[in-house]
Amino acid sequence: MPSAPTPVTDVRQDGAAPRKPSRRFDPRRFGPVVGLVLLLIVGTALNPDFATWDNLMNVLTRTAFIGIISIGMCFVIISGGIDLSVGSMAALIAGGMILLMNALAASVASPVAVVGLGMLFALLLGGGFGLAHGYLITRGRIEPFIVTLGTLGIFRAVLTWLADGGAITLDNDLSEAYGPVYYGSLLGIPVPVWVFLAVSVAGAVLLNRTAFGRYVQAIGSNEQVARFAAVDVDRVKLLTYGLLGVCVGIATVLYVPRLGSASPTTGLLWELEAIAAVIVGGTSFKGGEGRIAGTVIGAVLLSVISNILNLTSIISVYLNAAVQGCVIIAVAFLQRRRP
Amino acid sequence: MSLHVAFDGITKEFGPVRVLHGVSFDLHPGRVHGLLGENGAGKSTLMKILAGYHAPTAGTLRIDGEAVTFKSSRDAEKRGIVLIHQELSLADDLTVAQNMFLGHEIKRGWLLDDRAMREQAANALHQVGFERDPDTKVRDLIVAEKQLVEIAKAQLRNARLLIMDEPTASLTPSECDRLFGLIDRLRQDGVTIVYISHKLDEVERITDEVIVMRDGRFVARAPTAETPRQRMATLMVGRDLTDMFPDKHMPALGKPLMAVRGLTVPGWAEDVSFDLHPGEILGFAGLVGAGRTELFEGILGLRPRSAGTIEIEGRPVSLRTPREAMRNGLTYLSEDRKGKGLHVKMGLRDNLTLMTLRHHAQPLLSPASEDRALEHAVASFGIRGNPQGTAASLSGGNQQKLAIAKFLEPDPRVFVLDEPTRGVDVGAKRDIYFLIAKLAAEGRGVIVISSELIELIGLCHRVIVMRGRRVTATVPADRLSEEELIAHAIGTHTRH
Repeated sequence: MPSAPTPVTDVRQDGAAPRKPSRRFDPRRFGPVVGLVLLLIVGTALNPDFATWDNLMNVLTRTAFIGIISIGMCFVIISGGIDLSVGSMAALIAGGMILLMNALAASVASPVAVVGLGMLFALLLGGGFGLAHGYLITRGRIEPFIVTLGTLGIFRAVLTWLADGGAITLDNDLSEAYGPVYYGSLLGIPVPVWVFLAVSVAGAVLLNRTAFGRYVQAIGSNEQVARFAAVDVDRVKLLTYGLLGVCVGIATVLYVPRLGSASPTTGLLWELEAIAAVIVGGTSFKGGEGRIAGTVIGAVLLSVISNILNLTSIISVYLNAAVQGCVIIAVAFLQRRRP
Repeated sequence: MSLHVAFDGITKEFGPVRVLHGVSFDLHPGRVHGLLGENGAGKSTLMKILAGYHAPTAGTLRIDGEAVTFKSSRDAEKRGIVLIHQELSLADDLTVAQNMFLGHEIKRGWLLDDRAMREQAANALHQVGFERDPDTKVRDLIVAEKQLVEIAKAQLRNARLLIMDEPTASLTPSECDRLFGLIDRLRQDGVTIVYISHKLDEVERITDEVIVMRDGRFVARAPTAETPRQRMATLMVGRDLTDMFPDKHMPALGKPLMAVRGLTVPGWAEDVSFDLHPGEILGFAGLVGAGRTELFEGILGLRPRSAGTIEIEGRPVSLRTPREAMRNGLTYLSEDRKGKGLHVKMGLRDNLTLMTLRHHAQPLLSPASEDRALEHAVASFGIRGNPQGTAASLSGGNQQKLAIAKFLEPDPRVFVLDEPTRGVDVGAKRDIYFLIAKLAAEGRGVIVISSELIELIGLCHRVIVMRGRRVTATVPADRLSEEELIAHAIGTHTRH
């Protein structure tokens, strides 16, 4: 009988070597870095206060909220989904945890314990909201855009109703115990920046070095192929929304001690900033590929823009969201692929 | 009214892959040409160049002696060249008349002249023997009717050359007869026809001459009357069929490895039962739409099942997802390689290990361990190409080898391959056949779903034929022939 399959060359008959992957300048990878560097130069030139340690830490602390949410958003977008509700969700989690802490203060003596329980509640609530999204999207087969558009309205309306249109404020002694979570620092670096760093590193490891991360990319790249390759598509998608919910919880935990209250304007337009950070960071909106490092840079870039607007008077700070909107459209324009 | 087409050294490359290597031949006016070749021979690509969908990388296309470059299918249509797609290109939500005039609407000033379009459409439809209201939505037509609409649409554009790509793939025998009658009439009207089909009996019946392509090259042309079917098959495959396939070693029939009883996938498969033995290569034959692919998607849990049981190695299993199927030792490689088999934009390594990431997680994924798996697969499956590139950069044959390697990574006991050699050149085909025989020799059960009868006959120990959702026959190796399989597949088989 004829022996084992003889390998037959069928790549190229002309014998040319296969092309090496190009190491040329990849705008998706380096664009955000170049943009950030340019902005830093502009900022330094416009205002001497810009390039100071204090201002740098200030910018990074403010980036932490959006940055942490955008890490979670990055997973959702890579898997081919979207979550429009993160701002409203943060507001409702903030209101909910303040109400809970105020209520616990009467029965639990230690303010630190109350704050600890409040933080735990925030994370669980965020995770729960995220899983609810994931459940409606996977089992309910509703478009993520629609589900989270719905909850965007629901979350904020419930918060407004709980606050009776005003603000929900944290008790004074609790504020004191909670304060260090936002205002404290370690080795000269504020706590929120440490948390942001930790979440970023954890996100990068999760995305690039675990089976879950690979599945997320595989689903975003082609859901059918992933399904046929025995990937539990629904479970992975569910978890991406749960993960994003937890990220929103973490961001809220850091945000609450800053003002010590939640109001109908808490977390307003955070969804714009979080999605913008992911897209500016070079993640494809169609899913399949994305980078945590890019997302972090994207988030920092957006808050540097807002910081520069604050420090200078060239463009009114009221136009901050407009500038961010222009940036995201411009970046998408630069990243578009030729048909 | 007829036209003369000449291909002169047509070459076509898609990225690094060259699919046509300087093809030259003529099409004579007013004749029916059977264009033959296996999957991946380049027939469809060449015809798409003729119809203006692709531009050749090199070479010249001449119409009536004049070199032409078509920028779009519209340019080709202006010369009277129309391609009727394998996957019909009608918009489901529009009516028959709206589809027939899509892009060529008749207008009165700024507004559409619906009445004129409807009248002309009805006229053209009548000529091809389609007697339904042109206001019917295309969604409500059966495939055979859609085909008639396509032909009527071509008539409307004054087609002088009609390319039909697998037109009978989903037609019943009587619908086929009607189509052949129509082709005869078109020939008498002087229309040149290129007829692409795998079914050699049809080619024998309606074509004037056959043109054979293989691996992107022109191989031979001959009058149909002087070319027996056996000769056509040998020309297509390019070597003696006995050399193409491994020897068959009949497995010992003991306990079945997999037993399916009374399985029903509503709308697709009814009351299907079969056994698969260790070491057996079991074929599934049938026309497009007979329910073979959908049957196995049902077994995997990707389509709902309403009845039936599945046993693997004597244990009843309830498979609700491909994941559960994999855990029970069954994997399935889809016919749709780019849509369901491989992540074409991802790298070779990520594709290969997707189903078995747990083996490479400790708990973090180890790129070194994944690279070793890829090295091993590249060596043992003979995958040629840049290991750092994406799956899309591989040729069809190598993509298929990678896909087979991927679905073998979980080490399944039962391996189902759906159209395993679609879009694959002859060399890789032979490799795949020998690989399948090797898998069976290792004691696995292999199921091959295929539309290529030559392949089923050359490779399988038994072939199950499906027609209209049901199993109509199980043909043992010693009775396998094209006539037998076709007869069961189209329902003209009579017991002798």
